[in-house]
This record gives sequence, C-alpha cells and structure tokens, in this order.
Amino acid sequence: MSFGPFLLLALMEGMVTSAVLALAAVGLSLVFGIMRVVNVAHGEFFMLGAVSAWFVSQWVPGPPAVAFVAALILCPLFVAAIAALADMVVLKRLNYQPEATIVATIGLLYILQQAALSFYGPDARPVPAPFNFRVQLPWFGYSGYKIAVVAASALVLLGVWRLLAKSRVGLIMRATQYDRETARAFGINVDRVYAGVFALGGGLAALAAVLIVPIQQAHYLMGTDPLLLSFIVVIIGGLGSLRGTVIAALLIGLSDGVISTFFAPTLAKIVATLLVALVLVFRPQGLFGRRAL
Amino acid sequence: MTVATRIWAVHLAVLALLLAGGFLLPAYHQTNVAKVMVLATYAMGYNIAFGYTGLLSLGHALFFGAGLYGAGMLVQHAGVGAGPAALAGIVAGGLAAAVVGLLALRTQGVAFMIVTLMFAQAGYLTILYNTAWTRGDEGIVIAREARVLMGFDLSADLPRYFVGLGLFAAGLVLKLWLVRSPTGRVMVALRENEERSRMLGYDPYARKLAALVISGLYAGAAGAAYGLLFGYVGASLASTQYSILPLLWVLLGGAGTVLGPLVGALLMFYLIDYSSAFTTASLLVVGAALVLLVLFAPKGILGTLRDRWLKWLP
Amino acid sequence: MAAVTLLEARGLTRHFGGLKAVDGVDFDLAEGEIHALIGPNGAGKTTFVSLLCGRVPVQAGTIRFAGADITRLPAHKRVGRGIAYTFQITQIFANLTVFDNVALAVQRRGGPLDADTRAALERVGLADRADQIAGTLSYGHQRVLEIAMGLALKPRLLILDEPTQGLANAEIDTFKALVRQVVPETTVLLIEHNMDVVMDLAERITVLNFGEVLATGTPAAIRANPAVQAAYLGG
Repeated sequence: MSFGPFLLLALMEGMVTSAVLALAAVGLSLVFGIMRVVNVAHGEFFMLGAVSAWFVSQWVPGPPAVAFVAALILCPLFVAAIAALADMVVLKRLNYQPEATIVATIGLLYILQQAALSFYGPDARPVPAPFNFRVQLPWFGYSGYKIAVVAASALVLLGVWRLLAKSRVGLIMRATQYDRETARAFGINVDRVYAGVFALGGGLAALAAVLIVPIQQAHYLMGTDPLLLSFIVVIIGGLGSLRGTVIAALLIGLSDGVISTFFAPTLAKIVATLLVALVLVFRPQGLFGRRAL
Repeated sequence: MTVATRIWAVHLAVLALLLAGGFLLPAYHQTNVAKVMVLATYAMGYNIAFGYTGLLSLGHALFFGAGLYGAGMLVQHAGVGAGPAALAGIVAGGLAAAVVGLLALRTQGVAFMIVTLMFAQAGYLTILYNTAWTRGDEGIVIAREARVLMGFDLSADLPRYFVGLGLFAAGLVLKLWLVRSPTGRVMVALRENEERSRMLGYDPYARKLAALVISGLYAGAAGAAYGLLFGYVGASLASTQYSILPLLWVLLGGAGTVLGPLVGALLMFYLIDYSSAFTTASLLVVGAALVLLVLFAPKGILGTLRDRWLKWLP
Repeated sequence: MAAVTLLEARGLTRHFGGLKAVDGVDFDLAEGEIHALIGPNGAGKTTFVSLLCGRVPVQAGTIRFAGADITRLPAHKRVGRGIAYTFQITQIFANLTVFDNVALAVQRRGGPLDADTRAALERVGLADRADQIAGTLSYGHQRVLEIAMGLALKPRLLILDEPTQGLANAEIDTFKALVRQVVPETTVLLIEHNMDVVMDLAERITVLNFGEVLATGTPAAIRANPAVQAAYLGG
C-alpha cells in the first residue's frame, strides 16, 4: 500500500479513536465543569461499561445485534447508577472539597478495578459486533461497524449538546455550575443535580466503552488509557467547554491514529503526556478554552 | 522533662525498638520490616512535601523511580559499586524533583496534582519505552554479587535489615530536626496560608521548590535502597500506584506527623499481607482504605492522637 | 518639618477590566509619619496599598521606596526591604500557636528567635497566650496578633488595612497607643473607616475617590475641604 491510502487508513482509525474519546472526555469535562470534581475513576467507569457489555452479551440470547443493543442501553444505565451512588455516599459527604475528592476517586478507581478483577477475571474478552460488513474502498476494505461508531458518537454528542444548551435540565445544570448557593436558593435540588451530572458523566464513559468493545476487547485494566487521554483532551480543550473538548478529541484522536501508525505508540503517549503537563503549566485555560483549574 | 527531650525520647525509643527487631524478629518479618522501613523513608519524604508543605503531589513515583533506576542501572550496566550507586540514586531523585518542581510549582491545587501525575506518567512510559536499558515491564534483577556495601552482602537478611534501619533512622532524625527548625515552621506556614507567608517575606515558589527537592532526595534514597536491598528494579515500582501508596501511608499514619509515615506503611503492609491470606483483593484494601480515610479520618492515626491527647507530637 | 520621603508613587494605575480601581495616583509618604488613607467603599484603597506592598502587580506608574525603584519587585522581597502589610480580613495562621505566628515574622529578619518573639508578644499583651492555638483567640486578640506579626518584622513602613474593624473601644485605645509607640522608627500607613481614630492618630490624610486622589493634607485641612465633604456627604 502506498503512502496516501496508508495515511487515509490512519486517519480513519484516528476518527474512531476521536469519536469514542470525545464521548468519554465530554463526560469528564461535564463533571469537572459543573461539579468542580476531577474524577480520577472516570476511566474505570469506561472499563465497567466494557466489562458489563461482555456480561450482557453472554446473558442475552439471540443474534449479537440484540445483545449489543441491550448492552448499549443497560450498561450506561448500570454505570450511571454506580456513579450516582458514589456521588451520594462519598463525594457529597466530602462537600466536594477538590483535593479530598481526588483522593476519594483514586480509592474508587482501585475498588472498581478490584471488583472487575474479582467478578470478571484477568482475561481480555471480545464482544461480538452487532453487524459485520466491509465498506470496500479502492485501496482497502474498511469495517462498516467502525464507521457506525463514528456516526453514533456524533449523534450522542449532538444529544448532549441539545440537552445542555436547549433543555430545562441543561438550564438547571448551568445555573448550578454558575453558583451553587444561588441555585439552591432558587429551589434547585443541588444534590440531585450533582448526582445526575456524575451519573451522566459515568454513563457517557460507559457508552463510549460499549461502542468500542467490539473493536477492542474488555479487560479490567483498560480504563487507564481512556482516563489519560480524556484528561489530555479536556485540558487541551479547556475544561468545561463542550466545543473545545470535541475539537481537542478530534485533534488528539487523529494525531494518535497517525502517530501510532508511523511511530511507536509508547513514544506517542510520552509526547502527549508531556505536552498536556506543559499546557497546564503555561496555558491553564487550555488551547481553545477559558481558564479552568 | 521538657517538650524537646520528650520528643527526642519518643523518636529514639521507636528507633531502639526497630533496632531490637533486627535481633528478635523471625526471618520472614525481618524481611517485611526491612521493606517497610525503606518504604516508610519514601513516605517520610512524601510527608515533607504533602503533610508539612501542603503540596499534594501525585507524581512521587517519578522521584522514587529515579532513585531506583539511577542506582540500579549504574550497578547493572556500568558495574558501579553499591555505595556510589546509592548516592547517584539520591541525587537522581532530587534532580527529578527539581525539574518537575520548577515547572509544576507554577500551578496550584488540582492543576499541580494533574501536572505531577502527568510528569510521572511520562517517566513511567519512558522506562517502558527504553527496553534496551530498563528491560521494560520485566525489569532488572540485580545480581547478588553486585549488592555488596562495605563488605556486607545486602541480600542477606541481617545486613539488609540494618541498612534499611540506618536509612530510616537517618531520614527520621533529619526530618525531626527539619520540621522543628525555622525552615520547617515556614513550610507549615505555606501549607496553612500561602498569601500570609508571602507577606511575611517568604518566597513561596523557592520555599516550596526546596521542600519538594528534599522530598525528592528522600524518595531517591528510598528508591535506590529498594533496588539494592531487594535486588529488583522494575517499571511497576515507578507506576502511578507508587505515587498513590505514599499518599495512602501518610494519610493513614497522619499527614504532618514525623512518625505517621512509619505507622501508615507498617499497618498498610501488614493489612495487605494479612488479608492476602484469605483474599487476593489487595487493590480493594488500598481503595477502601483511601475512601474511608478521607471520609472518616482525614487526619490519620497520629494526627487524631495529636488532636486529642498528644499536643506536643511533632 | 523637612521630612525625608520614604515612599514615592507616581502615576500608579491598576484597572480590573473596565473598573479603574487605581488610576494615576501620585502619593508621598514622609519618613516617620502616621498617614491615613480614607475614602468611600470601593474608592480603591485596598488595591492601592496592595500595589505598594506588591500583592497586586502594577500596570503603569512607578514606586520608589527608600530611594530605590521597587515597582517590579515581588512582594516577599519588598517585605525584606522593610514594607510590612497587615490584612483587612484577619489572616493569621489559625492552626499554629500564637508563638509560632509571631516567630514566623521574627525569624524572617534574624536575631534571637525565642527572646524576640517573647518580647514582641509582651509588647502587644499576648505573652500569656503564647502557647494557645491562634484560631481559638477572640476576634479582638486575633486582630492584635495580626498587628503583632507586622510589628515583629520591625518594618520601616507598616501598612495597616482597617486595623480597628470590629474592635471594642478599649481595644481601639490599646491599638492607638501601640501605633504611637512605633513611630518614628516605623512609618505607618493606615486605611481606616473610623474617623475618630483617623483624626486622633494621623498627621496627614489622603482621600481616595474612584481610584483617584481627591485631597491630601493635615486632618484640619481635610476636614475643611469642600470636595471631601461632597464626596462623603453629598456623594
């Protein structure tokens, strides 16, 4: 294969990464933007989504598509419930004090990892894709499912944007983000908003994982990379900015696709990690957004 | 008995107990306690940054790893003796802390946590990447012949225990002296109220950098000792988990107490050791301990003791 | 009095967005005087002294202190040159002992730590509370501690931001005696709302309004100044 098509393939792979990354990162960004909580366990919500999708694929009989649709609905809900529980039992009691919540979510990370290890085991397991067809391009064939992932992710992002910008729920969220005490004074149940936002963040991560799990197998340690990449995306995009997050996800996903194709993935990760640290040091408002941390 | 005498008496008594342990403990526990003393030294360093100066770093594994690999690779690839290698490890830890600090200390709070986390992650990935030197995930096993310090075989139980104790004792005495000195008072002042400290004429950036470098020297020393005493230099010891563990030990024992890191490391080590007899869920123990501590005992064991009864405890 | 100028500000400016908090202020402090800074709420008093002590960076203008340009000097170095600032909202180290609070100031300038700290506490009447945790002091004592920390630095210029706020009358008298004691070795600049304290202590007064100097002069001259009266009474 010559360079041109090779690059195209790399870009298409990058789009898939971008799409999934955008979903996960928007979840992280929402949680930080509205609750001011840096959720270190976000990657584990992603992992739980994938692992629970495997369980659903085992339990639901019939063709893979049925099980997959069931997973697409059930797993995000399941993870959202766990997230809401974590918010009510732990984070709320810490009064969302930033440093304490980070330590607590680190604890949560280990608990969830252990839970997955104990109930799911140390193996990586595949989940069958709902459909298998290849789109034949002049130079190579490409998985139709991967294209569907990009489309689905774009749809969900559009939904999230509508929810935030156009709906009453979004208005309440933004009011709470703006000023928690005033929101409370106006009769907004802040506790419920927070639990809801944390659940939404976890649910989005889980949804991203369900979409990716037919491509990448489910494993109890699979949460680390999405966490790191989400952090990178959110910091570069400017925390709390939906548009910035999506742009940054595209940027990171595409460059990750291209760099990993041509260079060692570890080297790409080293560069990306250092880059994000330096962005935080020298441009804390992110490359596209306003100051957040 | 004046307060100062009482303070020194308590800490020297702890050292005396550990010394006695070298002769009385059965071999299995001797190895464990030797490991705990090395890790507690690491945690004491972490405590200087976090407990005393208020710098919540999530990247200390980089400093520990710098000491570990700094010493280990010199021994392994350059045939350097254990003594000079250990010194190099200490310097490596301090240097790593200085470089990270110069950049990361431009940020505060949550951003500081993330920046340190990212730097440490980059360091960890670098170790994985340079497999030719580090042997990546697998790590380096340092040959027994190379682990000799002043004629003592560091792989033997007794010398290992006493070298660990020596390291810990030096760290403890230095730390006790530091935190009771005017410099230590400024560190605490920075933790309590940075703006006020600045308006008393202290440069927060320079003071925090100094504290972080001291902390890095401790971490480097502990890392070097770990590699030389236990003969293994592996990437897992420089992973994020090794940034979280000292935080956990310090939180458990009591942030901002001199003996807290030892108490925390000892308890956590034996908790995991004991629980591994009937469950493999060691991650759960770590995770649950973190959550429970921030929820119910943010001051840790010695911190709570100090609040209630032992007001003089440094 | 052919006073020596200790501090000299020229064209000092600091805007926050559209708000002209401090706008082209010229200001002189004579060595050894007690100078009061007054003005309505939001006149820019705290911002102005924050520029002097370096807590807020200067946008335009210059500050000279004891003959040297300190406009770009960071706050902690200005403290080293002899400018001490006590906060409007009490900013003591609440979890440390009273002794440690003052010792932090004493050790910055060197000297026998224990003796000097005790002496500084003695001077403000907090000696018998040296081992108490500062946060458990009464509000009045916390204000006194705040001032004691400023004094313990043995500054050439002591800037007091609303020192008598919330103090009882007896405590205000003690405070006034304390300030009179430190001049002329220390020059005092104080922001104050309590006009009795201002008229009683200050040798000169500067009035700020909307970030600009409205008037400077002796208490009598200020009292008689129609522009000041308008700003305060007629608004």
